Amino acid sequence: MSDFLRLDSLEKRFGDLPVTRQVSIGAAKGEIVALLGPSGSGKTTVLRLVAGFETLDAGRIFVEGEDVTALPPERRRFGMVFQHYALFPHMTVGENVAFGLGTGGAASAATRARVTEMLALAGLSGFEDRRVTAISGGQQQRVALARALAPNPRVLLLDEPLSNLDPTLREKTRRELKRAIRKVGITTLFVTHEQEEAFELGDRVAVLNQGRLEQVGTPEELFERPATRFVATFVGRSSVVPVVWKGGARIPGGPVWPATAGGGLAEGSDADLVVRPEGLAFAPAPTALALEGTVVERRYAGHCAYFLVATASAGDLEVLASPDAAREGDRVHVVPAPDGPQPRVFPRDR
Amino acid sequence: MTRPRRGLGAPLLTLLLFWFVGYPLVLTLAEALGAPHWTLSHVAEFARRPAEWQALWASLWISLATVGLAAAIGVPLAFLFERNEFPGRGLLGALVALPVALPPLIGVLAFLFLYGESGFVSRGVQALFRLSAAPWRLSGPGAILFVHAYSMYVYFYLFTRAGLARADASLLEAAASLGASRSRAMWRVTLPLLAPALAGAALLTFMTSLASFSAPYIFGGSFRVMTTQIVASKLNGDSAMAMVETVALAVIGFAGLGLLRKAERRREVAGGTRGVAPRRRQLTRGKWAATAAGWALAILLLSPHATLVLVSLVPRNTWTTEALPPVLDLGNYRALFSEAERLRPILNSLWMASAATILAILLGFAAASLAVRRRSRWSGPLETLIAAPWALPGTVFAVALAAAFSVHAPWAGRFVLVGTLAILPLGYLVRSLPLTGRAAFAGLRQMDPALEEAAASLGASSARRFRRIVLPQLRPALAAGASLAFLAALGDFVVSIVLYTYDTRPISIEILSSLRVQEIGAAAAYGVLLTALSAAAFLVWGRRTEA
Repeated sequence: MSDFLRLDSLEKRFGDLPVTRQVSIGAAKGEIVALLGPSGSGKTTVLRLVAGFETLDAGRIFVEGEDVTALPPERRRFGMVFQHYALFPHMTVGENVAFGLGTGGAASAATRARVTEMLALAGLSGFEDRRVTAISGGQQQRVALARALAPNPRVLLLDEPLSNLDPTLREKTRRELKRAIRKVGITTLFVTHEQEEAFELGDRVAVLNQGRLEQVGTPEELFERPATRFVATFVGRSSVVPVVWKGGARIPGGPVWPATAGGGLAEGSDADLVVRPEGLAFAPAPTALALEGTVVERRYAGHCAYFLVATASAGDLEVLASPDAAREGDRVHVVPAPDGPQPRVFPRDR
Repeated sequence: MTRPRRGLGAPLLTLLLFWFVGYPLVLTLAEALGAPHWTLSHVAEFARRPAEWQALWASLWISLATVGLAAAIGVPLAFLFERNEFPGRGLLGALVALPVALPPLIGVLAFLFLYGESGFVSRGVQALFRLSAAPWRLSGPGAILFVHAYSMYVYFYLFTRAGLARADASLLEAAASLGASRSRAMWRVTLPLLAPALAGAALLTFMTSLASFSAPYIFGGSFRVMTTQIVASKLNGDSAMAMVETVALAVIGFAGLGLLRKAERRREVAGGTRGVAPRRRQLTRGKWAATAAGWALAILLLSPHATLVLVSLVPRNTWTTEALPPVLDLGNYRALFSEAERLRPILNSLWMASAATILAILLGFAAASLAVRRRSRWSGPLETLIAAPWALPGTVFAVALAAAFSVHAPWAGRFVLVGTLAILPLGYLVRSLPLTGRAAFAGLRQMDPALEEAAASLGASSARRFRRIVLPQLRPALAAGASLAFLAALGDFVVSIVLYTYDTRPISIEILSSLRVQEIGAAAAYGVLLTALSAAAFLVWGRRTEA
């Protein structure tokens, strides 16, 4: 495999607590890989291990085939954008961007030209002499990006780069960030806990949970073919129904639904059925597959609506349907949607 | 960054600090307990003497009474300046905090010239009522408390102001919306929230008062507190008893520190709510009354120092029975700079304070750097050794250093430093360490570790990271710590009186000897000079801190 960046079985424990376990990820040249996971999943630790701020307990890191595991951060030539940007408060915007361009200082012509070029890339032309404390959060984020890219690093690392921006600014900055990274064509690893951000920015997304890598794949793969129960429930909306896996997903006291089994499920074992709102529909009349329930909540979303249906045997189920399909308090019959994504079944214990 | 680095730096620095901070205390304790035979005979002797118990009790009650008086002045002042708006509020608010920046001996001296038997006020009263003798004597516990209250209310004033500035206006608005009157809101909301700040101020005042030496020494007479008792024993050659007394005072000091730490922890919890402080009340009707009161107060607080300036202009033997000095000139100042013997103490103080400050910055920064940036098992001991001198009265360290370094036993790490040029700067250094060390620890802890990581990811070597990132970030904290350390060393009296030699006599000792030979003009001139130097150091560093 010709990965440009390769993380090979990364292991790190803080005291007795393992924070990353056997994490292996590869990235092709110019690829953007998102590390997605809930807080405490170890995604930031993976990034810090790659940057060299933490030392590995086991595993190796390669760039262009070179083993950089033992190199200190200052010799890895990786650029990093920090969550709170870590702009040097006692320097101007220009001095911050010039910092990585060697000890020659901001005076040399080559340095000045590079600073100008990077600020232009970040859409901040003419900001050289501003104080970093006197610009907006979005601008600070772009200065951090320009500073990280200025020394022409081999890999770009981003730690929750948009989490400090307000939601309206976030979407705009996200697009600008992607455009800048694409323009430079740099291999990028970035950490986020927001699925939308991971899906929009990442060519591929690595889902982490409790220090383990659950799945790496394109957004489509993660959404349509989740490898584990965690990925199935963490990515996208879903309802979870306890079932017995016996000739289908057997809902206790209810019907047997067709489903795809994931992860070596034995016939007759307890399992969890994970079903997306668009994988369910309302049937006009009771059928063999139907579960009866009451609409307890209706959330309007424009051309469609999410209905929360309380059922006796399967608990609460979320159903996506046309806004006028039902009203709160209606008795309804829930069935698997014939043309929706098929529900998936995973072993109970994971 | 948590990349582990092993080195000898931390253990070596710990050892060095232990050598001159911890070791002298251990030796003092051992000697107090009768080492090497551990007879406890000195302790028994201490327990038998009523004078010792009286001094111990005097130290305690004077300190507690000081806390009460300082609170009674400082807390209302803080409310006046923090909650009300009136002309001159900013300037007066700063002036009111002034006494804390001046060396204690200078305050004592100023009080002596203003309220002492031959001070302006007593002379004025004597002249007014045609009395044959001075109307009062400034001596005994009353005089000590008077000076303590004057110099230590500032702790309550500053802590309370800080607490009030931090208070969240929405809490008072909530109380008002629930129907609470202003006084109820004060008692049920404002004061409980201030409690941790008040507890902190109380303990700081208590500790300062416990360690106070200048006021009891000058005004105490036969009334002894522990600090003066220790120095008296030491000067009388009863070194074993001085050790026991020192240990007794140290125990009280450590107990106080334990309480202070507890109070600080509570304050951190209480400081959790962040909000907008209540707006200051624009005084309308009471505006001019408050302004007048504020200015009168400032004049009252500054008058001792104005007195000092006036007395420094009085030529020798020209002022005897008159209410005001008949002749004023600059002769005392000319003498300070033209006579080698008078210039000597000034130069001594300057070089010794500078040397101690520079070393204190280097050691404090090195300790903080090793303890905070490269965490190891040495972090705890390093921080404790740096902070310990803060918990203990200066007298304790002076006596401990004198005991440890008056013996030649190189195999035990003991050398004869007493009587040499080195001992006094070493004493100042020990006292300065907590000031620079705490600043360095706090500065490094506040620094975002991501800044150094960012520099590393941009290819900066550790030397360049230190020079370009760590040092510029830390400079304000270090400058503040250094200015405090320099002020403390420059104005020191308590360590000096135990450890000075004629060749290394500092300004404070020269002031004392001038007073003894009735050269009050010269003493005052030294006092003014010390005040000016202190203010200059404060201003220079203060400005650099802002830049």
